[in-house]
Order: sequence, then structure tokens, then C-alpha cells
Amino acid sequence: MPWGEFKDTAAERRLFQRRALVMLVLVILALGGLLGRMYQLQIVEHETYTTLSDKNRVQVQSVAPPRGLIYDRNGELLAENRPVFSVTIVPERVDGMDDTLSRLQSIIDVSEDDLQRFDRRLHEPRRPYQEIPLRYDLTEKEIAQLAVRRQDLPGVEVRAELVRYYPHSVLTSHVLGYVGRINREELQSIDPVNYSGTNYIGKSGIEKFYEESLHGKVGYQHVETNARGRILRVLERQNPVPGDDLRLTLDLRMQKKAYELLDGRRGAIVAIEPKTGGILALASVPGFDTNKFVTGISVDDYRELRESLDKPLFNRALRGQYPPGSTLKPMLAVAALDSGAVTRNTRIWDPGYFQLNDGGRRYRDWKRWGHGWVDLRKAIAESCDTYFYTAAVDMGVDTMSSYLSRFGFGENATLDVYGALSGLLPSREWKQANRNQPWYPGDSVNLGIGQGFMLATPLQLATATALIANRGKWVEPRLLMQVTGDDTTDEVLPPTTHEPLKLKRPEDWEYVVESMAAVMESVHGTGHRAAQGASYRMAGKSGTAQVYSLEENEEYNADEIRERLRDHALFIGFAPVKDPKIVVAAIVENGGSGSGTAAPVVRAMFDAWLLKYSKDAPASHNPEPASAEETH
Amino acid sequence: MGLKSTTDGLDRGPLERRPSVWSALHLDPILLLLLAILITGGLFVLYSGADQSLDMVKAQGIRMGIALVVMLVFAQLDPSVFRRWSPWLYLVGVLALIAVLVVGIGAKGAQRWLALPGLPRFQPSEIMKLVVPMTAAWYLSRHYLPPRLPQVAAGLAIVLLPMGLIIEQPDLGTSLLVGLAGMFVVFFAGMSWKLIATIIGMASVSAPVLWFFVMRDYQKQRVLTLLDPQSDPLGAGWNIIQSKTAIGSGGLEGKGWLMGTQSHLEFLPESHTDFIVAVLAEEFGFIGMALLLTVYFLIILRCLYIAATAQDSFSRLVAGALTLTFFIYVFVNIGMVSGLLPVVGVPLPLVSYGGTSSVTLMAAFGVLMSIHTHRRMISA
Repeated sequence: MPWGEFKDTAAERRLFQRRALVMLVLVILALGGLLGRMYQLQIVEHETYTTLSDKNRVQVQSVAPPRGLIYDRNGELLAENRPVFSVTIVPERVDGMDDTLSRLQSIIDVSEDDLQRFDRRLHEPRRPYQEIPLRYDLTEKEIAQLAVRRQDLPGVEVRAELVRYYPHSVLTSHVLGYVGRINREELQSIDPVNYSGTNYIGKSGIEKFYEESLHGKVGYQHVETNARGRILRVLERQNPVPGDDLRLTLDLRMQKKAYELLDGRRGAIVAIEPKTGGILALASVPGFDTNKFVTGISVDDYRELRESLDKPLFNRALRGQYPPGSTLKPMLAVAALDSGAVTRNTRIWDPGYFQLNDGGRRYRDWKRWGHGWVDLRKAIAESCDTYFYTAAVDMGVDTMSSYLSRFGFGENATLDVYGALSGLLPSREWKQANRNQPWYPGDSVNLGIGQGFMLATPLQLATATALIANRGKWVEPRLLMQVTGDDTTDEVLPPTTHEPLKLKRPEDWEYVVESMAAVMESVHGTGHRAAQGASYRMAGKSGTAQVYSLEENEEYNADEIRERLRDHALFIGFAPVKDPKIVVAAIVENGGSGSGTAAPVVRAMFDAWLLKYSKDAPASHNPEPASAEETH
Repeated sequence: MGLKSTTDGLDRGPLERRPSVWSALHLDPILLLLLAILITGGLFVLYSGADQSLDMVKAQGIRMGIALVVMLVFAQLDPSVFRRWSPWLYLVGVLALIAVLVVGIGAKGAQRWLALPGLPRFQPSEIMKLVVPMTAAWYLSRHYLPPRLPQVAAGLAIVLLPMGLIIEQPDLGTSLLVGLAGMFVVFFAGMSWKLIATIIGMASVSAPVLWFFVMRDYQKQRVLTLLDPQSDPLGAGWNIIQSKTAIGSGGLEGKGWLMGTQSHLEFLPESHTDFIVAVLAEEFGFIGMALLLTVYFLIILRCLYIAATAQDSFSRLVAGALTLTFFIYVFVNIGMVSGLLPVVGVPLPLVSYGGTSSVTLMAAFGVLMSIHTHRRMISA
């Protein structure tokens, strides 16, 4: 190594300077390159990046339309939208979900239910960057506390949202239904554009049936957002078209009356305006608080509702399929008269039972010792079973089935009542197909008093009764009276499809109607007690649906049978007789006898409408004179 | 060694200008002015990039003040002090780097800090940015220049040892800067072009080896992302796409100070640290970028002049290497932000928010000023 040797400093300096020059050239080239790059990005491709930058900051957001309101026929608000502040989380923007949740819990109350519901939603399929609500109904204080801690909680937002609210939720639960958050299946079927800002959708009832009208059209706004999606300002806005407001035929006061009449029991009342088919009241008791369902019901609350013996979620009025029992007799009377199986003068001797052939099974009449000589009017007024056993066998199943189908049995004849069931109208073909058995004459006997296979919902009974009240003119039950702002409901209401039921002798209608009036007016009429003191004439028919059938010689003893095994009490009717303004069908589950339990309920509904609530209730000043005409 | 210093001591030429305040303070006014322009302008950009936080600007101002003091202190020391101390500092530095690997404190999966009892927390790798080139220069300047192969090998060894230790932390960015600073010394010393070509050739051959055996997944990801940012537009590619958008949307004149939508609406990540140049580009446009590059170029030019006029090999080598390191900072940072280079954590020198690198850089400028103002009076 050349230690201590003289170093050529000048040469070293020159060497360095040469190398420095090389480097200087490289530096100039490199910085020139950077400048060139800037030229390329900022001058040449400027347009492209300006577009990108605008696209970045300007976002198109959908604005959910306010849902249409729902009113009763008198303009009473049944469903409204209330602003609710909720705290929501966008999972994509959160750093550490557990951490965020625990931090939120230290600021506001978050219940176990809230967490469970949140967790469930978190794992459901959803749109990316869609907010998941954690808790609703924040108080002012909680909103302020969240605002203070906003910086520590990325992805957490406080949202003001219009949420459905039902002021009379329990009363109207089975009519209006409710809205709830859009679920997986619904997500597949809705229009993704129109629902892009919407979180709620009608789940049942009117809310479901008129979802399209109530929803409205989505609006848009161009907003400037930051990278975290926080809206800084609105640049341009196209307002949404609010959903249509609906006016229903329902009368809240009648609905309330119906509910009160059944309160504490289980049952259903359907009241229809026979001229229009408009449903005045449709009560299924007990009801439930639909407001709980809107923002998502807790698992415990839901279990309680589901497992309740009283089945509050079960819509008895539309979906309760009961044997119609003797309430079917007026319709069968129409069939018997028109088919010629009986005439008004046909009389039979009722010993208290009916036999298809001597020594065969005895089909018992409810009156053990029999009604004696009976014609059709008396058979209806006193609900003579034997008469109808005889008539049923004479008519045969095919005739009965065909006539009953004209009354709307075995089909859902409603226009806009969501979820109504069609009951069961038995026929020869049905029995062969479903039971793989021929139709026996005994089956006809049972059908003659509305027992056996036959099933009908209270709404169907009301519909059939309305046909009698209208003397054959069909009205399909409907809830929609008016779409606010529109003169006609044609656009949203499905068309009517039923032909009027024309009888060979139209005066047979009056005969059956008067027979039903006799139920209320004759001393032995089954509705006699319930009709006392009325200032108008009414027509009705009682019925009792067996919960389980009695053996041939078994004694019926209501006291011995546990309450829930008692017969269902039914009653149908309309009033006034001449120009009916209201039709009512009522069922009181395990109510015992139709005449004792259900008839007063129907009478109370008549009174409420005719004397108090209907538009021409003052007409009660000149009521139809109560006829003392006794029909035997 | 003895001979050289004797010569230095004896030659006091008549060419030296009249003594001024600047030479009394051992400061170079031209370099100081350029640095002041850069730092002041940088604070304005930072105000915008840091979401108009005066607190952050103040904090940065204080750091810059400290850095200026450090520069002033370094400028007072005679270059021979650096030369004599560098091997010992190197030894301590290497030990500290080993200590970091054993007991270091880390964040985000890398151990870079050392907290020794009684000392403030510090990053040994940062100090090595100065110590490694000085030690290489100390070693090489003891020999004839240009160095022969053994000396080149020894010089490279001095560089590669700390470099390897820093890669282990892992801190690829710093290790490259430290390594390059040392390599520049070897280059300026006169390492033969043939050897340079050979090494570059070997490096390119060994690149696949690096790829498969040395580079961590996140480093590979950065390279892949550079090649195709759209492959992961919301993940790693986000930074590049957003910074290019910020730069490009600035246009010729920019959107105006505090008017950059990309940074103010928080689309631009790290807008006050590594990506601050995108804020400048967005708000001041191509004109602003041209001015910035000009200032950087003038600083580099002045420093190369200082290096070229330095009186001994050690000073020349150190000055040249530090200058080019500074240049590398500028090039890598702007190259990365504009999408030419992969994203490595290199700040924009003297503009990005953050203290450590600013202090190191100003210390380097202190060294340069020391070299320039401690010249003996000999003819150049």
C-alpha cells in the first residue's frame, strides 16, 4: 500500500471534477425528465386528470322519495313518516369493527338487541358502502356527543331518516301491515335504480299491496364529497317524486269500535259498505305494535309475538279459515230456492235429527227435540239443521258447490286486500284429488250446515253476505278509496271480475233477506235478543263452528270443555234491511254460540255505523220501522 | 496522511476574498438563500397540504429552526473533525444498527428506532446517511485516487455492511439512500468505469434474486402496483392514481393555493408528508413545479460547485456524495409521486412534514458549508 507516498492532488481534483461533470449531466437529465413528466401529466394529459378529479369529488347520490301517507276515509292519519336520528356504520370505512362498536358503546347506549340486529345485517348481502343502522331514535344529547367524537369514529354517521310511524299501530296492524328494511329476496325483485336510496319496503297489508304507489320516484343530487364520502355541499339536485297518499275506505272509529268489541278475546270483525265493497273495519284481535317491525324487531320481542297462544301476528280476518257453520245457510237457501230443490212452501217435519236412510247415522239438529214443522224461513230464523240436511241432500254437492262459488267462496275475491286466503270450497273433484275418496252423501249433509270440509274466512263471509244485501250485485271488498290528487282509482285498483248473481226468480232475494231479518225479529230467531231495541231493521244469521266434532251421542257441555276448545261463535248480518249500508261478519274464537256471543258484536257495529259514524247517521231520525212481522 | 495535512496547513494563498460576516459565521450565503426560499415556500405548501393546520406549520417551522441550528453547528466544525471522527462514528453506528435489530422499537412491522436509557429516541439509520459516506471518503482518501480494486472492494464493504443491516429492519428506502451515498463516494473517488459497468451488470442479473429472496411482499406489491395501478384501485394503487390525478388536474397554472380539491377533499393520501409535491403540483400547476425543480437544481449546482472547489479529497468526496444524495431524495420522491418509481418512503427534502430527515439534510448542508468556508487560502 502506498502509505506516505506523495499524492497528486491536482490529478485527484481533475478526476473528481470530471466525475462531477458526469453527475451534473445526469442530474440535469433526471430533473429534465421530471419536468418532462410534469409536462406530460399537467399539460398533455391535463384534460383526462381534470375529469378524474371531478369524478372523484362529485358523486351522484340518490335521494329517497318520502313515502306516501295513508289516511282513513275521514282523513285521519294512519301512517306517517317521522324523522328519526339513527347512528349508522359503513363497514367499508371503519377501521376495526369491534373497536368502533366498543367506542360507540362508551358514548351512547347500545343494547344487546341492537348489537344482534346489527350483526345480522352485517352478514346479510347488501350494496357496497351501504350504511347499516346500529341504533335508532337518538336523543339530542347523544347526537351532540357523537358529533364531538366524530373524528375518532371513521365510518360512523348520524343520519336523519324518515321512518314510517303508525299512530294507531295495534288497531290498524292487520289492515295497513307495515314496512321493514329491504331483505335479501326483495333486493332481487325491486328496481335497483328507483330503490337506490330506499331502505324500507312494504312487507304486508296495504303497505305491501300499494308499495309501488306509496314509494314514489327516486331523486338525485350531485354532491361534492371527500374521500371518506362525507358530503361537503350539494351541487345540483333533482327532487324525488313523493309517493302517493292513499285514502282508505276504512273508518278509524269503526276500526276502533271493532277492536274494543273483541278486546280481551280472540276474533275478527269485517265490516263492508255493501254499495262499494269498501271495507269499513277489518279487525283481527289481538293485534300487535307494527312500529316495532319498522326498524327491525328484536329477537325476543318477535319470539314473544310468535309464541303467544293468542297468535297476534295471525290475521284472522283474512287468513283465519273457519268452518262457516250455520252462517252458510242463507247462501244455501238461495241455492236451494234457485235450483228448485225447495220452494218457499216446502215444509218438513224435524224430529231433532236427520237420517239418510232408516237405521243409518243420525245427523242431529242443535235442538234435540226438533223444530217440528219447518219451512225455509223458519229454518233460517231458527237455524234448523234438519231442514238444511234435507235440502243439501236434495241439491247434491255439485249444485251447492257451484252456487257457493258464485258467492266468492273458495277464491280470493278481494281487490286490494293483501294476503287474503281463499278458504276451502269442497267439491266432488276436490275430494277425489285431495282425499282420494268419492263424495259421500254424508259429506253433503255436513256441507248443508256449513260443517265438514268447508272453510271460509271472515272476509269471505262478509263478501257473501254483501251479495245477499245487494240482492245479487257483486262488490269485491276493497280498501282503497282514493289516491290523493287523482279522481279515479282505476290506475292502481285491479278491475272487478265478478258477474252479478241473477236468480230465476229475483224475488227470491227478498225472501232470503226477509228470512234473515226474521233471525233478528221473530221471537224464536237466533238473533232476537241481540236485535232488541233497534231503531232500524237488520238481517243476520248466527253460526257456530265446531273446534272439534262431537260423537253421535256425546253431550255438549261448554263448562267441561276447556276454554280454548269451545266452539267459535260466528255471526253475519247487514242493516238496514231495505237499503243496506253496512255488512258485518264477526267471529269470536271459542266464544261458544254465535247467537249469544257474536250477534251482539255485530249489532254494536251496526249501531256504531248507522247511528253514529256514517255520513248520513242523522238518518237515524227516520229509521225503517222495526217490523213485528213474525215469520214462522 | 501527515504529508497531506502539512500541505493543507502551509498553503495559504493570496486569492481569498475579504473576510465577510458570512465567512465569519462559516455560512455560504447563496446556498443559504436557496434553502430559505425552499423552506419558506415549503411551509406554505404544507399549510395547504396539512388541511390548513397552523399547528402543524408551526411545528414544522420549529423543526426547521432546529435543523438550521444543527446546520450552523456543523458549519463551524472543520472538515478535518469530520474526517477524524467518522470511523469511530461508523463503528458506533453499526453497533447501534445491530442494537436496533435486537432491541429496537418499531411501527408498522419495521424496527427503526432505538431508545437507549438517558438518550432521546433516535433512528441510527438516519445518522448513517452522513456517517457512511464520510467513512468511505475517509478510507478512500487515505489512498491514491483513483482507488485500486482492493480499496474499491473495502470501500464498498464499508457501504454494504450498514446497508444490509438497514434492509433487515426492514427499511428499503433508507438503506438505498445510505447505500447510494456511500456508492457516490466510491464513484467520485474514481472507481473505474469498467468496474462500474460490471457491478451494474451483476446487479441487473441479481435483480431476480432480490425479487425472490430479499424483497418483502409489501415491497414487491409496491413495484407491481407501480406497473399497473389500476390492478388495485382502492388498495395500494389508490395513492398513485390519486397523486397523478392531483398533479394532472393542476394544469399549467394550478387550481390556486388552498384550492386543490384532491388534497383538501382527502382523496390524496399523505398529502402533508411523502405526497406533498402533488399538493404543490395541483395548486401551482406546471409553473410551480418548474420553479420547484429550478430551486432544487440551483441548490445541487451550488453544492457541486462547493464540492468541485473543495481543497482535499475527503472534502470533495463527502461534498459530492451528500449533494447527490440530496438529488436522489428529490428524484425518488417526485418520481414516486408522479408514478415513475415505486412508492418508497422518501420525503420531499425540506418540504415534507417530518423532523428527522430535515435535520439530517440540514446537517449535510452544514457539512457542505463547513467544507466551503474552511478552505485554506490556496489557488484553486
